[in-house]
Amino acid sequence: MQAPSTCNTYNYTVVRQFAIMTVVWGIVGMLVGLIIAAQLIWPELNLTPWLSYGRLRPLHTNAVIFAFGGSALFATSYYVVQRTCHVRLFGDWLASFTFWGWQAVIVLAAVTLPLGMTSGKEYAELEWPIDVLITLVWVSYAVVFFGTIAKRKTPHIYVANWFFGAFIITVAVLHLVNSAAMPVTLTKSYSAYAGVQDAMVQWWYGHNAVGFFLTAGFLGMMYYFIPKQAGRPVYSYRLSVVHFWALIFTYMWAGPHHLHYTALPDWAQSIGMIFSLVLLAPSWGGMINGIMTLSGAWYKLRTDPILKFLVVSLSFYGMSTFEGPMMSIKTVNALSHYTDWTIGHVHSGALGWVGMVTFGSLYYLIPRLYGRTEMHSMKLVTLHFWVATIGIVLYIAAMWIAGVMQGLMWRAVNPDGTLTYAFVESVKATYPYYAVRLLGGLLYFAGALIMGWNVYKTVVGQKAVDAPIPLPAGAHA
Amino acid sequence: MDVNLARSLITALLFIVFIGIVLWAWSKGKRDDFEAAARLPLEDDLAEEQMARNGRGQQ
Repeated sequence: MQAPSTCNTYNYTVVRQFAIMTVVWGIVGMLVGLIIAAQLIWPELNLTPWLSYGRLRPLHTNAVIFAFGGSALFATSYYVVQRTCHVRLFGDWLASFTFWGWQAVIVLAAVTLPLGMTSGKEYAELEWPIDVLITLVWVSYAVVFFGTIAKRKTPHIYVANWFFGAFIITVAVLHLVNSAAMPVTLTKSYSAYAGVQDAMVQWWYGHNAVGFFLTAGFLGMMYYFIPKQAGRPVYSYRLSVVHFWALIFTYMWAGPHHLHYTALPDWAQSIGMIFSLVLLAPSWGGMINGIMTLSGAWYKLRTDPILKFLVVSLSFYGMSTFEGPMMSIKTVNALSHYTDWTIGHVHSGALGWVGMVTFGSLYYLIPRLYGRTEMHSMKLVTLHFWVATIGIVLYIAAMWIAGVMQGLMWRAVNPDGTLTYAFVESVKATYPYYAVRLLGGLLYFAGALIMGWNVYKTVVGQKAVDAPIPLPAGAHA
Repeated sequence: MDVNLARSLITALLFIVFIGIVLWAWSKGKRDDFEAAARLPLEDDLAEEQMARNGRGQQ
């Protein structure tokens, strides 16, 4: 395609960089997940301290959330904000800094976590010098994103950008507050908070990382790529506005449900539970809005594997946002907490929602960044879809059964009041489910490898193409 | 004023704001605006095709 020389183009360079790295980090992060799943079955695989379960587990969570999920969010938010604002990204060099800075954070995490350098806060394990770098990258991200919105040529700010914007602002606040620490040496620091306050700050951060990093940001993807792939506008724009504000108003309060039956005051636990239950309404409102976008075009689901990815991701979003509120009820939590049910819940959201919506969006996005309209092989996209879906079902079903079994075994008491089972008996009973989980993870990983190959074949030898920016209405000669 | 009373009031106030947002979103006046906004992601390709056509026309 030959764009007129006078016309400006979108900044696709940074989108391409992040999109390709999403696929790479996805494969790496899922591989580490496979290793730790295998270590739970065969403890002999804890070969060295650097490759032991306790150090690889945070590496897995950081890699899949921040390297895979983070890169996907950078790529899609930069793409969507340009195309719905009809302007080139603000600050090319700053956008480039966010790419290289974010990759540096990931590499530093991959080095320090196996070495055992950690602040011990879940999903915020990285030590303070890396936290400082994250802050710099994140502020730059905000400047690029909101700078682009500020110079937009369209009258409206499309709803996807509201979700991306909320995700960027909230993550900045969460990161700054939760990572506040007193450095002792270059690689060791202590939290600024103590005791139950530390726990509450941590889970205020932890749950909002789920709510804004893994939900709001990916809902931004959903609100652009589903209408795009379905070829029709979102089912109800006003519902999307209410969906947005309802999520913003409620998510912040849900964190205490991670601390049921702990030293956290009872009223705080109850507030966490109530707001978690309230969250069901906006979550399902958003899910219905996304799925109903296909109304009148359901037949497309039969033939279009990208739509399959996107719609199944919403189904898992609906499932896990139903399951989450249920698990936040204190009496249910008394059974589920500290069991593998929690792991099953997290992965129904992570593999089912975050993973599938990312795959669907990337399959739409990547060919368009290289001047093509389709991936190298749509058959492989379909194969990826089925392999991944079967993998998720095996994974979460195994963890549900294992979790409920563990909960029941731990609470079982004999007539004389002694515990029926020793802890190790519940571990032994879990082995078969760990094997099924590993199989499910293996299938999901195989899907990611299929995607890696397909992406390679799609981009290799192709020229990178930057789409032209449309002129404002009435401006073209 | 007791700080806890202030906290409760802010919560109640935010709830009222939220009800206001719902009413605003469903108000008749916003319908055309929202319809235009909903078309934004679908119009970007159309504009691109149009530009490509215009570009060819000039050459």
